[in-house]
Amino acid sequence: MAERPEDLNLPNAVITRIIKEALPDGVNVSKEARRAISQAASVFVLYATSCANNFAMKARRKTLNAGDVLAAMEEMEFERFLEPLREALEVYKKDQKGKKEVSEQKRKDKEKKVDSGNDKSREDEEGEEEEEQQQCMEEEPEEEPEEEEVEN
Amino acid sequence: MSQTNPDKDSPASDAKKTISLPTSRVRLIMKSSPDVSSINQDALFLTTKATELFVQHLALTSFTNGSGREANTLDYSDLAKTAEETDIFHFLTDILPKKILARDYLNSLEQLRDEDADF
Repeated sequence: MAERPEDLNLPNAVITRIIKEALPDGVNVSKEARRAISQAASVFVLYATSCANNFAMKARRKTLNAGDVLAAMEEMEFERFLEPLREALEVYKKDQKGKKEVSEQKRKDKEKKVDSGNDKSREDEEGEEEEEQQQCMEEEPEEEPEEEEVEN
Repeated sequence: MSQTNPDKDSPASDAKKTISLPTSRVRLIMKSSPDVSSINQDALFLTTKATELFVQHLALTSFTNGSGREANTLDYSDLAKTAEETDIFHFLTDILPKKILARDYLNSLEQLRDEDADF
């Protein structure tokens, strides 16, 4: 595994935003506290993943699914998360379904124009890639200003 | 509160349903865990969302219970205190150790040596 330590951290700007939104207005957060929370979040992901994976392995599955993650939350005593997680998942699934229908429609339109063989096996991966591109787009705006200055 | 009826999509409830953390990064961390082969999309979403909820909960609990509250600040010691005192955050005690002055640490080392010497 060639991950550098920084790669296993979550972006500081987003972590800071989440912290600020959780605290009352005007509360200061020390730099050290922010870094510590970020590290704690990474550890949380590892702990949750390990826990969820145990459930998957018990069920003899190689793929972690939503149920495993929810079971992990309960195991870790974060029951308070279960309700908001389930609600968020419902909205997410509806969105994904809508996106899938849109991309399938686009594909069908293309097929009508071009009479070539198509591969449907890549459906899941494409769905994920689209989602990641959208996620990445949220991050990029913060970095762009620096690049623009160089051209002067 | 707003005058619009609760059934309509309000920005606040939408924000709660979407996520800010990048799933790609979360997946990277998950993959570094041994024995994990593949992760379904819904599982990745839930883990990312849960992490956000975790950050909120840790920050707020630490602030509420910590002594930084008087100064209207959340600082490291508040987090370390919470990790030690709150059960669900016990798994963080290794990475959020309480800090002591070097002087105090050296003193307690000396005390241990003195106790051993009594044998």
